[in-house]
Amino acid sequence: MDRPIRVLVAKPGLDGHDRGAKVIARALRDAGMEVIYTGLRQTPEQIVAAAVQEDVDVVAMSILSGAHNHLFPKVVNLLRVEGVDDVLIIGGGVIPDDDIPGLIEAGVEAIFTPGSSTKDIVNYIKSHIKRK
Amino acid sequence: MNIVERLLEGDKKACARLISKLENNEKEAIDIVKQLYNRTGNAYVIGITGAPGSGKSTLTNKLTKELLKQGKKVGIIAIDPTSPFSQGAILGDRIRMNDLALDKNVFIRSMGTRGSLGGMSRATWDAVKVLDIFGCDYIFVETVGVGQSEIDIVKVADTILMVVIPNTGDDIQAIKAGIMEIADIFAINKSDLEGADKTKLEIEMNLDLNEKNEYRPPVIKVSASKNQGMRELLEKIYEHRRFLEENNELEKRRIRNSRLQLLKLVEDELMEIILDKSVKDDLLDKLSREITKGAIDPYTAKNRIIELIRR
Repeated sequence: MDRPIRVLVAKPGLDGHDRGAKVIARALRDAGMEVIYTGLRQTPEQIVAAAVQEDVDVVAMSILSGAHNHLFPKVVNLLRVEGVDDVLIIGGGVIPDDDIPGLIEAGVEAIFTPGSSTKDIVNYIKSHIKRK
Repeated sequence: MNIVERLLEGDKKACARLISKLENNEKEAIDIVKQLYNRTGNAYVIGITGAPGSGKSTLTNKLTKELLKQGKKVGIIAIDPTSPFSQGAILGDRIRMNDLALDKNVFIRSMGTRGSLGGMSRATWDAVKVLDIFGCDYIFVETVGVGQSEIDIVKVADTILMVVIPNTGDDIQAIKAGIMEIADIFAINKSDLEGADKTKLEIEMNLDLNEKNEYRPPVIKVSASKNQGMRELLEKIYEHRRFLEENNELEKRRIRNSRLQLLKLVEDELMEIILDKSVKDDLLDKLSREITKGAIDPYTAKNRIIELIRR
């Protein structure tokens, strides 16, 4: 594939910490991806609108506030309502192990918790994007 | 429904996908633009340029809101630099525009420069045409944060708005050639900061030295984040548009832009042909080595490459 992978890096909800999201954004940039960074405190609707208009391959969300069980599935569902079915959805942040199966069940395809290496995330994206 | 029908119905997903395909130079997308090209020409294109951090995105956001109040449909293309090393990019202009994303009359697209050095990407022009076909009344093209000479924006814009901030450089900066010459309107943003009057004066004095033209770029003080001067700024854009339209200048400008665009397309294709041919038989590398050693001069080497396409 000789086009750059486009990734939306989004911070849903009300937490105000995006150090982690910025580190990920930078790592994806260095891996040759085009990263659209939305900034803090995005509603699921805003994230989906951005994903549609930017025509991204990946939606990567980060939450540190504990609202992941509510917000991640909401973004997944809104994307489906919009008929977006060729986007890889991944999540990260402070997410208890017990919550991960439920999020996967809801349609988030992978969860990266603190300690994940950026290299693994890059490799995961490269091997799982859905569009040629 | 196919992508063309969806685009004409105002489907943002179709619009977004078509822009991606053009960015990736896909033939299918080029064929669609060919097919729909007779629908272009209705949108008015405003170029927003200025230094990094001067407030281009915030200003674009606020001007868009004014246009929405007037019932207009607005497209925004925001460009940020692509890394020359990794080919990756951080496209961060949306951060200042997220509150517009849900409006049905707004379409925002971020683009990386992907190797272009003039402040825009190769596909910016294509994206403008798609948004024009999509039915936008106004299209903002926000360049990368520019320095002194990234003036490709003149190739797509009808009106160029130069965003400057107070206290950036002495009065010599205002008389330098390049970017300061292409502005149709100067917006001194963050003008609540000290030095705004001095900056305005320096720009005005420089404009005093221009040959007398019918149109003199206005210089106005605004503060986008405080939403000050936005209506006045929009009024200046309208005034410039009226000037262009009433004096037949808009057509002239667009013909000039079409010419530049056409030359660019020819140049890109020729370059591709030349590279293709000269890389194939290792000619480019061979000549480069010989030039370095002094075995051949670059002008003769150039002729050898040009011969490849003359044949």
